[in-house]
Amino acid sequence: MGRHTPLYDLHRSQGARIVDFGGWDMPVQYASQIEEHHAVRRAAGVFDVSHMCVIDLTGAHTREFLRYLIANDVGKLTRAGKALYSCMLNETGGVLDDLIVYFLTDSAFRLVVNAGTRDKDLQWIRRHAQDFGVEVRERADLAMLAVQGPQARQKTMSLLAPGDRERALALPAFVGAHVAHWFIARTGYTGEDGFEIMLPAGQAADAWLALNALGVVSCGLGARDTLRLEAGMNLYGNDMDESTHPFESGLGWTVALEPAARRFIGREALQRVTAAGSARELIGLMLEDRGVLRRHQKVIVPGGGTGEITSGTFSPTLERSIAFARIPSGPVARVEVDIRGKLLAARTVKPPFVRVGKPLVS
Amino acid sequence: MSQVPADLHYTKSHEWVRKLSDGTVEIGITDHAQHALGDLVFAEVPDKGRVLASGEACAVVESVKAASDVYCPIAGEVTAGNPELATAPELINQDAFGRGWLLRLRPASAAFGALLSAAEYEELLRAEGS
Repeated sequence: MGRHTPLYDLHRSQGARIVDFGGWDMPVQYASQIEEHHAVRRAAGVFDVSHMCVIDLTGAHTREFLRYLIANDVGKLTRAGKALYSCMLNETGGVLDDLIVYFLTDSAFRLVVNAGTRDKDLQWIRRHAQDFGVEVRERADLAMLAVQGPQARQKTMSLLAPGDRERALALPAFVGAHVAHWFIARTGYTGEDGFEIMLPAGQAADAWLALNALGVVSCGLGARDTLRLEAGMNLYGNDMDESTHPFESGLGWTVALEPAARRFIGREALQRVTAAGSARELIGLMLEDRGVLRRHQKVIVPGGGTGEITSGTFSPTLERSIAFARIPSGPVARVEVDIRGKLLAARTVKPPFVRVGKPLVS
Repeated sequence: MSQVPADLHYTKSHEWVRKLSDGTVEIGITDHAQHALGDLVFAEVPDKGRVLASGEACAVVESVKAASDVYCPIAGEVTAGNPELATAPELINQDAFGRGWLLRLRPASAAFGALLSAAEYEELLRAEGS
């Protein structure tokens, strides 16, 4: 038996099909994964993401600590509540995890890290935090819901006291704020507008049911995966891991090498990569024929070099299979993919594949 | 508990067989199978004229989750693959025993003995814990 979020019984009662995800028993779908996907693109869906780990960091040197710990630079964060997406690297520049960090006050930041890596991350963070006198507090008392879709923010308003609604609605993209006993952030993993809400575990079930009553559809990890891939977002463990660096994982944009004086874990290794140029890169693919691109399938590029699919699925919005693949660096328009012994043609696409519900590829 | 029409024959690998009035048979995957696979997004069916042995992989159904081979329940020659599945593989989810049929074939012999009856298939599902 895996770990359970505070909503496990509720998922079972709603007929969810449960699967193991990083050691957690999570809903992969309720009725139809494809219908759940469409609900998020067209209206609103709610996901239980309580298996992810919320970590509060406090202390006078928290900002300094984070500028050392992660590859993106929290020095950029000046507005209270502003979020930043970053990789956390090991000394050889390999990716330990991807995460979101929120700047709360000069001595308080909040991290959200992945479920499958939470134990590893906590150990790593605690070890390095000691050098800066930063206190690390795992918030196991919190559940987390993601409400996503064009109607998501509007529907969430009904869950808030009237006096809190204006402030929540006014949150700009990628900013969070404490609203009553909840922390509401305008972030997400679907490519749609919406909120991720961190709330006391005991309140999660009522909030979920209240959202259902407003027409917000219960959505599982299956839809979460098709939505994030359409939106061009990486999945840790598939698209990057400790053996890959950000530049070969489509995450070069999250690495802040400026200012040059900022020392962070993995910097030297990355500078060697940028000096030589990365030998491999992560690209988007769309299958031209019918079929499904899947992780680990071999990719053949013009000239004979080979690569591998890191994430693949069928895109319900595009009605075609899409994927990320790691291939030798260099411009390429078309590749072949070995699908069960047959070579099928795929074209390269610069992610995302879909933005705000609209396909970006024809 | 999934549907198990009484007038069909079944296999342990969750295919069904229907006798048609012209002596050919129609083959598909069961309601239990489509439910286990989830939303189907692709189905590859054999071409007319293909000769199949009993137990030979004759079709592929693919959901977002995984690709699954379908095994031919009885030997014969394919008379048709379902043309609707090229554009609407979800018919298998919606109507596994009807419009979601995969292929039709002319059996090599009249022997149906190796197939399960509806009662036997239901028993198999119960034993599997469905």
